[in-house]
Amino acid sequence: MKSRALRRVALAAAVASTSALVLAGCSGGGGAAAGSSDEEITLTVATFNDFGYTEELLNAYTAEHPNVKIVHNRAAKSNDARANYFQKLGKTGLADIEGIEVDWLPEVMKYSDLLAPVPDDLKSRWLDWKVKAATDSSGNLVGYGTDIGPEAICYRSDLFEAAGLPTEPADVAAALQGDWSKYFEMGDKYVAATGKPFFDSASSVYQGMINQVEAAYENPDSGEITATTNPEVKKIYTETLDASKTQSAHFEQWSTDWYAGMANGAFATLSCPGWMLTQIEGNAPEVSGWKIADVFPNGGGNWGGSYLTVPANGPHVAEAQALADWLTSPEQQVKFFQQAGTFPSQVDALKSADLLGAKNAYFSDAPIGEIFTNRANAVSVTPFKGQYYFQVNDAMSKALLRVDQGTQDAQTSWDQWVSQVDAIG
Amino acid sequence: MTTTLQPPATPAASAPDGPPARTPRRVGFGSKLSAWDLKLSPYLYISPFFILFIVTGLFPILYTGVISFMDWDQIRGSGTFVGFDQYAYVLSQPAFWDALRNTFSIFVLSTVPQLLFAVFIAAMLDQNIRAKTLWRMGVLVPYVMAPVAVALIFSNMFGDQYGIVNTLLGRIGLPAVGWHSDTFASHIAIATMVNFRWTGYNTLILLAAMQAVPREYYEAATVDGAGKVRQFFSITLPSLKPTLIFVVITSTIGGLQIFDEPRMFDQGGTGGSNNQWLTISLYLYKLGWGEWNFGRAAALAWILFLIILVIGAVNLFISRSLVRDEGARDGLSRAQRRAASRAAKQRLAAESTGKGARS
Repeated sequence: MKSRALRRVALAAAVASTSALVLAGCSGGGGAAAGSSDEEITLTVATFNDFGYTEELLNAYTAEHPNVKIVHNRAAKSNDARANYFQKLGKTGLADIEGIEVDWLPEVMKYSDLLAPVPDDLKSRWLDWKVKAATDSSGNLVGYGTDIGPEAICYRSDLFEAAGLPTEPADVAAALQGDWSKYFEMGDKYVAATGKPFFDSASSVYQGMINQVEAAYENPDSGEITATTNPEVKKIYTETLDASKTQSAHFEQWSTDWYAGMANGAFATLSCPGWMLTQIEGNAPEVSGWKIADVFPNGGGNWGGSYLTVPANGPHVAEAQALADWLTSPEQQVKFFQQAGTFPSQVDALKSADLLGAKNAYFSDAPIGEIFTNRANAVSVTPFKGQYYFQVNDAMSKALLRVDQGTQDAQTSWDQWVSQVDAIG
Repeated sequence: MTTTLQPPATPAASAPDGPPARTPRRVGFGSKLSAWDLKLSPYLYISPFFILFIVTGLFPILYTGVISFMDWDQIRGSGTFVGFDQYAYVLSQPAFWDALRNTFSIFVLSTVPQLLFAVFIAAMLDQNIRAKTLWRMGVLVPYVMAPVAVALIFSNMFGDQYGIVNTLLGRIGLPAVGWHSDTFASHIAIATMVNFRWTGYNTLILLAAMQAVPREYYEAATVDGAGKVRQFFSITLPSLKPTLIFVVITSTIGGLQIFDEPRMFDQGGTGGSNNQWLTISLYLYKLGWGEWNFGRAAALAWILFLIILVIGAVNLFISRSLVRDEGARDGLSRAQRRAASRAAKQRLAAESTGKGARS
């Protein structure tokens, strides 16, 4: 039986703690006063996957600018970052600097007026096709380029040896020099010798091939979708699926099965842009046979690449632009490359000795700086990607996966893709 | 200052034969207030919830309806009116019909086995077993796990090439199943995840209902010679009818909106290469946050609402005869009670004037 006094004390304590909580919640959230550059500010940077921005490397900026505190948030997958980005663009909630991927660019360009433009004097810093992709119709460059994804071929030298194929990177490069038919020929030899798949999935080969086509899905001038009537698309589709019948491991890229396949030899080759290296190393740490050949069918291709954008309605736009400038400067990007394999898109970085001398121990000390510089220089085609590119390509990946998994045959899958593309827009 | 209350004088014409007629007491304002209090306070007690719901729930629902008639740009927060175009688009997409098929298939596959298991496990837990509380808490553990975590682990287990399930099937000599490529197999995999999560929850609800069955029934049945199984089917199951209806309704609501498990079933989260496990909620998410077309997503949201209404009506129709109207203590409906009280008032009035007229 509680006494009245005890009940009163308990009530007082409850009221006191509740009001303390409420007051604490209501105050705080200190107003960010736009003060002088000596004002203590916090800049948030939001990226995904691995841009190479470690605590240590970011501290170098904080050391030079003691009034700035950098908070770095990393989304696990780019899809999550994309959902977050478009959810909050133009409203509150985005970081001061937001990383975006080149695949989202067509959609980002529709809202380019919501992003702070890059100062004109910086434009010459990057490769011109990198700048062109992120420039809107009024001539504003809205993204600070970070990395690009020049592709080479990663292969399992131990599996090649078992199949009687050349194992040294130079020999493999010489053997694959040429176009995609050379690649598929080697694949046939491998399959005949070992009976195991040569590459991971139909869609990975397809994306290598389609990124070498100038205007695969849309007409650059009118923006109209031409994918279903473009003979090149049909040709690449057919070629890929013909080879995939025997040479594909039928995985869906980025699935747990695909990651497991990197470790247990389910496929012998993989299209490798710079950022794929950490993926392989992370998922197959015990395997020692992965090597990189300085070659790509038809010379070169670009897969991926990112930009940093500064939302125009942020509280510290000028300071954020200064940080973005520093993060994408040639010297810094080379450091990030050494950290995460994100190959620089800055012209000066491509000439730096640090870059050219970089090696990767996991891939048997492959000279990754040299390899990817060569592959980047070999990129001859910048594919046009309009506002429907993402959707059309997504439908195509699904069409390829359906055939790869054996759910449908090639013609039915193509017909279904055509009807889906016709419904877009 | 004191006043003395005098009873009001009886009418002059009356010469009382028996006890003086009692005229009705004048009802003061305080009595009126207390009468209102009795009638209105139930509504006032439940109103905070409804007010909050109107502001935070109803308004967005209506706004979604407005958006569904427009071509809406979410980032700029503006749109142009297009009439029923968005609805026509959604209904003409094969993806929508696939999603409908998938949703119902997964719903049936997850509800029926779940209920059977739940009833069976509840019957077991109702027996006099050791460590009762431990078992009863144990069945709830899967419910406590985060659905996304469960989905990630199960999708891994159901991997097409390296999943545990296919490996085990191989050991027994059965062919590997394409959990991510075959439609029905993917439904079974997702239904397994849902059953894993919700069986324990439903078990406890049914267990509570079972424990409310009076033990005398079982004793009488035992005396009459009925075995355990006969008792289960003839006593336990019929008594569980209202609870089973509740469980079916909650499963329906959950099943029609299933999202977590299909979304985490593969990397892309878009329901499979051929929409094998695309559910309606997942399709809605794809329209809204994949294609950023909120007009279509809003149209689909309202179509889903209509589907749920239809199913709810079917549910209501089936269960009407089985469950009594809640809140009535004497079995009468509201209209009947009103009529009875009106009749009583008339009788009282007739009696008093009758008595007055008589005297």
